[in-house]
Amino acid sequence: MLILECPYCGVTAEETEFHGGGEAHLTRHGPDSSEQDFEDYLFQRENPKGVHFERWRHVNGCGKWLHAARCTLTLEVFGTYNAQTFEPPKHIKDAITAKRPGWTWRTFS
Amino acid sequence: MKRYSVFAIAREAARYHSGWSRAWKSPVPQKKYDVVIIGAGGHGLATAFYLGKNFGITNVAIIEKGWLGGGNTGRNTTIIRSNYLQDPSAAIYEKARSLYETMSQDLNYNVMFSPRGVMMLAQTEHEVRGYKRTAHANALQGVSTEFISADRVKELAPIINISGPRYPVLGALWQERGGTARHDAVAWGYARACSDMGMDILQKCEVTGVRSIGGKVVGVDTTKGAIDCEKLAIVVAGNSGDIARMAGFRLPMESVALQALVSEPIKPALDVVVMANTVHGYMSQSDKGEMVIGGGTDAYNNYTQRGGFHHIEETVRALVETFPMISRLKMLRQWGGIVDVTGDRSPIIGTTPLGNCFINCGWGTGGFKSIPGGGWATAELIAKGTPGPLCAEFGLNRFTEGRFIDESVAAGVAH
Repeated sequence: MLILECPYCGVTAEETEFHGGGEAHLTRHGPDSSEQDFEDYLFQRENPKGVHFERWRHVNGCGKWLHAARCTLTLEVFGTYNAQTFEPPKHIKDAITAKRPGWTWRTFS
Repeated sequence: MKRYSVFAIAREAARYHSGWSRAWKSPVPQKKYDVVIIGAGGHGLATAFYLGKNFGITNVAIIEKGWLGGGNTGRNTTIIRSNYLQDPSAAIYEKARSLYETMSQDLNYNVMFSPRGVMMLAQTEHEVRGYKRTAHANALQGVSTEFISADRVKELAPIINISGPRYPVLGALWQERGGTARHDAVAWGYARACSDMGMDILQKCEVTGVRSIGGKVVGVDTTKGAIDCEKLAIVVAGNSGDIARMAGFRLPMESVALQALVSEPIKPALDVVVMANTVHGYMSQSDKGEMVIGGGTDAYNNYTQRGGFHHIEETVRALVETFPMISRLKMLRQWGGIVDVTGDRSPIIGTTPLGNCFINCGWGTGGFKSIPGGGWATAELIAKGTPGPLCAEFGLNRFTEGRFIDESVAAGVAH
């Protein structure tokens, strides 16, 4: 059972209070984009072995969407942060680097 | 290879079973093979077997990071059925189901295929309509299924509570020729047959890199050294994304944990497979008497082969409602496997951006039942270089072109 902290209402709760929403920081493509761009946006996923950024919704709480940084190999949660951002904030990146030295933020497609 | 038969058992019984030989060899890797298959699970071994049997290609290595059949092949709930809505799915799963019927004879290995019948309960009006539609589609596809009444459900599986307060059973989609098989034996039987054809099964040999030159694969790096190959097949289920990354391309899929559990053994009580997709749980009874129970996937990406405990609670809650007699059963074991789920919940069998590299993945929660069919199609793909009729629609390009095989809507969640 994952334990997540909602960055909006500050509640720390078990995973069952949240609902998973898939990979975070996807680049959205609009009507004039190529088929390849649409495929990237709709279906292609990083699916990494290791550090993963994902969306969760605090459904049984404040109802807001948030982002979490988590390891898919150990299920360790590095931190949660505001969803209104294009990349993880510095304190999240630092927290990951402390646990996974050499880790780098990639440009997600 | 010495054939297994009743005479062999009698002969060995007379000499204290001293004459059995090893079922498969543990060879040292050669420098080069015609075909290297990554992944010695059901699909990888079946691919190798049909490469040898249908196309005479036997200079093959099957590389496995753990032990053969130790991934999802040894972790599923062993259900075999082919009652799918979409034509391409029905075709490949029906091919697989029909190959299961003669597998024990074909492999000279008892895989204990038991065509006991699979029923998928309809517990809402929408499910009734959906399953009637599937039954009609199956009739056109040549897959024998029928929609049966609640009374018939009770007759076939007397322990079902058909008048539950929340979701009474309104009928079921019944595939009489579906059933179960011994999952380990499927891997072992294929491995023995492959080894007998002269193929090398390399266990505890993890792929660490894929080498390519000019858009063509030349070999793989492994923990037992570099191995060159003419053609490469990636058949690694949940780890497909990882191997694809080594090969330099991405896949439209995510890896999640799917869990199963078994109860303590009890006397025979259920001789069909029952799937209840609305409340989400499915159950059958193994030959040992254990109730084999499967549930749902977690909501998040995961490579740990274990999932959230609350999913077990949900599954067991649903099944206790459907089968009140199991409420005091103790559960013996619980485990998880990593399944690779695609956007349309259908598999990917096809070519990759690397010309001589082929992939078989994305079976999600339906990998076991499709082992012979998936292997058959992948072997044809590798031998000819282009997809045959069984897997023509399952290529990677369907996501760019929008030609989905949408089984997530057609089959609900449990596969």
